[in-house]
Amino acid sequence: MADISSNFLGIKSPNPFWLASAPPTDKKINVLRAFEAGWGGVVWKTLGSQVKNVSSRYSSVDYGGHRVMGFNNIELISDRPLDINLKEITEVVKLFPDRAMIVSLMADNNRESWHELIKQCEDAGAMGFELNFGCPHGMTERGMGAAVGQDPEIAKMEVEWVMEKATIPVITKLTPNVHSVVPTGKACVQAGTNALSLINTIQSVTGVDLDTLVPNPYVAGKSVFGGYCGPAVKPIALKMLTTIAQNEITKKVPISGIGGISTWKDAVEFMLLGASTVQVCTAAMTHGFRIVEDMKEGLSNWMDEKGFKTIDEFIGKSVNNITHWEDLDINYHHVANINEEKCIHCGLCYIACEDTSHQAINLAYGNPYNTYTIKEEDCVGCNLCKLVCPVNNCITMVEKRVAPEYINWKMWQERGLPLNDH
Amino acid sequence: MITANRLTNEQYAENFSEIQQPFETKDAALTEANRCLFCYDAPCTKACPTSIDVPKFIKQIATENLKGSAHTIFVSNIMGAGCSKVCPVEKLCEGSCVYNLMEETPINIARLQRYSTEAAIKNNWQLFERKKATGKKVAIVGAGPAGLSCAHSLAREGVDVTIYEKEAKGGGLMTYGIAAYKVTPKFCEDEVNYILGIGGITIKYQQSLGKDFSIEDLQKNYDAVYLAFGVGLARQLSIAGEDLIGVEDAISFIYHLRTNPYSSTPVGEKVAVIGMGMTAIDAATQAKRLGAKEVTLLYRRTQEEMPCTEHELSIAKLDGCKIIWLASPKEILGNNGKVTHIVCDVMQLGNADASGRRSPKPTGETFTLEVDMIIKAAGQMPFQSLVTNNHLDNKDGKINVTNNTTTNIKGVFAGGDCVNGGKEVVDASQAGKDGAKAILNFLFYAKPQSE
Repeated sequence: MADISSNFLGIKSPNPFWLASAPPTDKKINVLRAFEAGWGGVVWKTLGSQVKNVSSRYSSVDYGGHRVMGFNNIELISDRPLDINLKEITEVVKLFPDRAMIVSLMADNNRESWHELIKQCEDAGAMGFELNFGCPHGMTERGMGAAVGQDPEIAKMEVEWVMEKATIPVITKLTPNVHSVVPTGKACVQAGTNALSLINTIQSVTGVDLDTLVPNPYVAGKSVFGGYCGPAVKPIALKMLTTIAQNEITKKVPISGIGGISTWKDAVEFMLLGASTVQVCTAAMTHGFRIVEDMKEGLSNWMDEKGFKTIDEFIGKSVNNITHWEDLDINYHHVANINEEKCIHCGLCYIACEDTSHQAINLAYGNPYNTYTIKEEDCVGCNLCKLVCPVNNCITMVEKRVAPEYINWKMWQERGLPLNDH
Repeated sequence: MITANRLTNEQYAENFSEIQQPFETKDAALTEANRCLFCYDAPCTKACPTSIDVPKFIKQIATENLKGSAHTIFVSNIMGAGCSKVCPVEKLCEGSCVYNLMEETPINIARLQRYSTEAAIKNNWQLFERKKATGKKVAIVGAGPAGLSCAHSLAREGVDVTIYEKEAKGGGLMTYGIAAYKVTPKFCEDEVNYILGIGGITIKYQQSLGKDFSIEDLQKNYDAVYLAFGVGLARQLSIAGEDLIGVEDAISFIYHLRTNPYSSTPVGEKVAVIGMGMTAIDAATQAKRLGAKEVTLLYRRTQEEMPCTEHELSIAKLDGCKIIWLASPKEILGNNGKVTHIVCDVMQLGNADASGRRSPKPTGETFTLEVDMIIKAAGQMPFQSLVTNNHLDNKDGKINVTNNTTTNIKGVFAGGDCVNGGKEVVDASQAGKDGAKAILNFLFYAKPQSE
């Protein structure tokens, strides 16, 4: 059986699944339940100067009958007294010494505050820190959270303060509310952070109540932009993760991946694109800590099938498979094929192609079932039909190279090859 | 012994309460609606005689546009609420749902259709605006599904419609000829009232064609006439003993049950029902529900050929009705003028007949069943003499029409069971739409209607 244990900068955990800094890691009772369920580690909800929260904090996006495709929150950092948090951290570490205990920090904007907080947490038994430079609401107005992460200079300065004091590994968590996560990531690595994590939540409005006309979440007739997360943000997180995993400077440090991870498959995808550990929040908040059971089994079974003995053997393996558009092979061509045996005649491929794509599907009228076939000569191989088909492997894309040799856009131009092939 | 009052009022109420379970909650309806794949050129729509845009109305449930959903249904089928309860959906929309091809349960289209239409009726959402009065007047004979559907289509276009109905209530077969546990009397009344809600439609009740008025009378007073008087005469078995006391036809049996308190419809102790169509099932199950001890359905072919749906057969079985396949009534025996036994030929299937079904032939063997009541549900006959007396071209009493709508008499149109000999409510509803289209063409364009 595969070994799924993780060693992140010397912080060991029995599996790479950590709970992200968030409500599930707010206090001892939650974290004990998480560890009992089998989570490899936690990032304790952000500590700093005590704050006050509002009631009504979360809202979500449902889609096609599924709840919580996306989720947002307007909660701040921990609103519990620091001494209670520290006492509980000590107690949890004692009960579960084999699990990763990372503490998320957001000190006030001065060196002394950071140094004081770091000392207290190290004394309490923290194994690592995660610097919260990403919280997009409430704290930013006070010059903290995303306000730091959005400015590489400020981020760099604060990381330097931290590195002066910290004796345990430091992870810096990046905000996605920037045009690119790389500048801040680079600044933090140059300032000495031991690792990066991403993404924090994305500023958002999940919707507007059509009766009250007040956006969500509703707080006494008003709302604010909340931090968006959950399955809907996964593709954005993967993209940002890849940019960090590919950059010459930022790729030197390990990464903890965050953003919409709900299943072992999601986790493997993050790891393939460079994450050494992954952090989960929304999935646990919507289904409870028990989801980790399948995450562990699924990961282990997949590794066995693929012949990976440790997680290090596949971490980052897909990073180089994301290239620049201009390096893609223009001679690659594939066309759709509909398996008549599997087709249920729903017509979804046809209407998608006919209305919005390349009119490459033929409809032969039948009562009640039409027959759909691909017009290969008109098919550009866009994948749309395959994506909308409700039957697994009914539509497959069959490779039909234009020519055997690799040719990219630059080469195409250099050789003056024709553009219009319609 | 044939007697009424076999059960307590509570038992009657329970036995005749509606059996189709609606979606109790919005969540339940949404869960089902969200299963729908939203097919393009959907098989379910093609399988519907009125071509309801099923994926669209289901999508509209999913987007919480319930009014829009009801409108989508009613624009194709104004009897959409009733059809959601009585349509043989396993042979129509649900039977062609693509989920069947995935070996998955088809979308519960009927219940979703009920969900939208019931809301519309309950809240009296009038989803159509009647156009300005045109001054044209049309008479319709029969306030059943075809007549009501035609009336509504005409009223929408600003035509004034008068319906002549021989019974005291509208709805036709829905009100008088279908099991009460499928469509309750209250529902039938609500549905008719909802359809009339558009305005411009008057129903003159207890007016019988041939007795109270003639087609010539209508032609004098109206710009066009639509005949939708259905069928209604029970087909006779033409065997000995058919006139014994205790031999009844299913249509009168159900009619009695639908027009009187359940406690006053007499039923035997041991009942044989002849036939295996929808009406046979309705008669058998309701005989059982009235308190008959034993009900046996006799059918001369096999389950393979039965006209009713599997769903109907299940209802009969769950009600405890027995079914004897390949049994054809040969003779009815009696004592003191009352039924005591039915003798049946044991049949076997021969070659396929004109309908494509294998026709039954006697094996020579017979069996005898002790019964005190026999309900004949071997089909309905058109009102042949009425049709002939009114100089309508017809075939065995079924009115001949061209383009599905036009009789041999100028300005007189016809549709529904009186033309097709007896089909589903949904077919009658479509016939009414077709009739209205032909009438509008006749009234306003006066050119021959093309297909």
